[in-house]
Amino acid sequence: MTRTFDVVVIGAGPAGMSAAIGVRELGLSVLVVDEQPAPGGQIWRAVETMANTRTGELLGSEYRAGSELAARFRACGAAYEAQTQVWQIEPGWRVFLKRDGQAEAVRADHVVLALGAQERPAPFPGWTLPGVLTVGAAQILLKTSRQVPADPVWVVGSGPLPILYMAQLLRAGGKLAGWLDTSPPGAWRRGLPWAGAALAGWSEIGKGLTWLREIRRAGVRRVRGVTAMRALGDGRLHELEYTQADGTTIRVPASVLLSHEGVVPSIHMSQALGCAHQWNTQQSCLVPVLDDWGQTSQPGIYVAGDGAGIGGAKAACVRGELVALGVGQQAERITANAAQTRATTLRAQLNGLLRLRPMLDALYPPRAAIFAPSDDTVVCRCEELTAGDVRKAVALAMPGPNQIKAFTRAGMGPCQGRQCGYTIAHIVATAQQRSVAEVGFYRIRPPLKPLTLGELASLNLNEEQA
Amino acid sequence: MATDYDVIVIGAGMVGAAVAYGLSGPTRRVLMLDGADTDHRAAKANFGLVWAHGKGFGHPDYHRLSIQAAQAWPDFVQQLEAEGGMGVSYERNGGLHFCMSDAELATRAARMDAWHGQTPDLATSTLVLDRGELRRRFPSMALGKDVAGATLGTLDGHVNPLRLLAAMQTAFVRRGGELRNNHAVSAINALPGGGFEVASGERKVRGARVLIAAGLGAAALGPMVGLESHLHPQKGQLLVTERLAPVMPVPASGLRQTAEGTVMIGVTHEDAGYDLATTTEGAVRMARKALRILPALAQVKLVRQWACLRVMTPDGYPVYARSVTHPGASIALCHSGVTLAAFHAGDFAKAFAADALPPALNIFHYERFHVQKAA
Amino acid sequence: MFKKLPEPGAATLSLYLDGQPVEAEPGETVAAVLLRQPTLASRTTPVNESPRAPFCMMGVCFDCLAIVDGVASVQSCLVTVQEGMRIERQLGRRRLAS
Repeated sequence: MTRTFDVVVIGAGPAGMSAAIGVRELGLSVLVVDEQPAPGGQIWRAVETMANTRTGELLGSEYRAGSELAARFRACGAAYEAQTQVWQIEPGWRVFLKRDGQAEAVRADHVVLALGAQERPAPFPGWTLPGVLTVGAAQILLKTSRQVPADPVWVVGSGPLPILYMAQLLRAGGKLAGWLDTSPPGAWRRGLPWAGAALAGWSEIGKGLTWLREIRRAGVRRVRGVTAMRALGDGRLHELEYTQADGTTIRVPASVLLSHEGVVPSIHMSQALGCAHQWNTQQSCLVPVLDDWGQTSQPGIYVAGDGAGIGGAKAACVRGELVALGVGQQAERITANAAQTRATTLRAQLNGLLRLRPMLDALYPPRAAIFAPSDDTVVCRCEELTAGDVRKAVALAMPGPNQIKAFTRAGMGPCQGRQCGYTIAHIVATAQQRSVAEVGFYRIRPPLKPLTLGELASLNLNEEQA
Repeated sequence: MATDYDVIVIGAGMVGAAVAYGLSGPTRRVLMLDGADTDHRAAKANFGLVWAHGKGFGHPDYHRLSIQAAQAWPDFVQQLEAEGGMGVSYERNGGLHFCMSDAELATRAARMDAWHGQTPDLATSTLVLDRGELRRRFPSMALGKDVAGATLGTLDGHVNPLRLLAAMQTAFVRRGGELRNNHAVSAINALPGGGFEVASGERKVRGARVLIAAGLGAAALGPMVGLESHLHPQKGQLLVTERLAPVMPVPASGLRQTAEGTVMIGVTHEDAGYDLATTTEGAVRMARKALRILPALAQVKLVRQWACLRVMTPDGYPVYARSVTHPGASIALCHSGVTLAAFHAGDFAKAFAADALPPALNIFHYERFHVQKAA
Repeated sequence: MFKKLPEPGAATLSLYLDGQPVEAEPGETVAAVLLRQPTLASRTTPVNESPRAPFCMMGVCFDCLAIVDGVASVQSCLVTVQEGMRIERQLGRRRLAS
């Protein structure tokens, strides 16, 4: 017998947990699946085990806050299956899962995608060398393994996350070799239009300033106005080379380099489902088109959390609650009026939580070079294609990203475009003098995560169709 | 009346690119027009087989055409790679059609005899291999226990179909041809003094002659110049795995290892209109079939599944025709564009350049569908 | 290369990396263990045999692929360590176990 639920929630981070708790309160049956071994998503990764440890302490109160929600999630009566990956969703809705080498299909009337965000791909020469990681990766290592770079680490990038991580690393006794701050000069001027929002959200700003103070007091070398950079090494990272505004090039030893140019919503699944997306110019990324309740253009498919638009953990929780109300209405477990009443408070909360976003976007835009990498920069990590390879194909005759893919193999490797899709779209857009929105994106196809042919063949379809 | 081009080829897929490449040169102005990035594009879903083995069973002319094309491939590739400046990973070491029981092998052997019987003048180009012989010839293939044997087509091979297309388009441009993407054709009008005006929205070009090689798009374009297409879409789904160390030295119908090391598994044949959705049922079916042949593939990761629409005629054979009402307009459609690429770039283009079609293609005129209907 | 912050009394377990015993702690990922090794490269690519190591730690880059208990192409950042686990670096195109 095929397992059937009212709702399947994909992702057990802040949004997924909140959505699950919400639909459970309305009496719906829900299955929550997540590929991690424990709830928390990325921001609250391993929070159940780490919250009450020394590491939990240095990670900060924002992190520890996740354990309360995790406890409520565990108690809400949702079926929760960890280390489970979703590899396809087909109309019905049929959600195809795999765990421990076995594939299975479950049915649900409503599917909530709570897949969060990923770091924006930020290619630069040498970024594929062992020893180059994202700032998010380093933070995950701290959270899940109490692990820090062994030698003084270089951080390249801008945004709240690198600043937080550097503060956390210093608290943990780690060492920073330096920070190439890639945010363009004139930050305060860019932030000025949102001075009001800044005042209203002062506690958030205050936190950020605290982290910056910690970094400054530790004497971390902060380099601004870098025009170019490359990671160098034979077999692994050995040096970082960067060019400053005055034209001088500096080379420094480096064994670990952490990169970050903002986060973007994970759209792989919503794209695969054919949901409508729109280009967000402010954040230079695609965002799914959602109604007031978080429903996509595909009826029954909802997006909650950072996948709907970057907003952080608290906003993700609120979005999850709103999605639960939307699902509840569709499932006729709550009247439109009742839902609207509860939503009014939630929407006000959400607006408050998102108030600072435009300012953060303005303060920390992604650096332009990642959209116009040098010819020798690898842009498709999986297939080891450089920007030059792609530009050669673009020169043939106005092809779009799917044709580029067909001609170069860009986007055909295991990550299926997660690390190269935006870069390729930007290269094509620049070469053809069209907007990125116009150029478009790869068509995403299953499997949404690789599964073995044996796992696929093990799917019991007869039972499924019963 | 002055025209911008001698020939306008509408469609830059397997057929269009091959013909245009064959036509292009210093003395001929050729324009190739292609549609949008997300158009149907059967040419991004070819399996990559260059196949003669068993083609045209019951249709000796197609049988001959396939053999002719397969035989033309080595020279075609040599020239194409030199002119396109890129390799296409063509290999010709034979191709297999696996049989999963002794009965199936016997039936298949009889079929091959009958097939050869259609063209007694042509040399035999297939072998029947029982399991023992298969293992002797291909010791590196860890065959599943159900594999009873296979027929081997000695003229068969495979190629990277995407690189083939890229090479043909590149060589075409290097020879002086002009390629324009994002130029889906919306209208073709005969010009009073001869020649045609081809419109892509507001953009218009003039050519002395026009070849419609637009796959499923031909259905709308053909009637503009008195040509029919008789096409219906047939969905085919394919799977591709991660890259592997060599596991399959020669291709088989429905299973081959590419030069990059990925294994391609196919294919379905579905009547689903223009729906391009993949189905898990299709994936499971194809995976199980592949695992019966090479069980060790069970541990391998599937990286992508996709679907495309075949350019399918009522009898599955190509359509080649010249317009009577609009002299100078022609149409060329088929779903075996990879195998026939050598023919399209070679003899077909040569004849087309002389304003004719090879006589052997008369049988592929769409009139045959009228006869069938009337029957 | 990464190192663990000391925690006295932390439970440990033993894994094998390319046949050699290495120490790990319950609850951490195989990728984290790989990043602590002196040889930082944890695989070479099937395309050009370029050295790679875990990059994103969250399952979206596929650079952390390793052979875990005989199964190749496993995203090691999504695998929790177990006592006695056998990990091998995946070099080039994966081979099929017959």
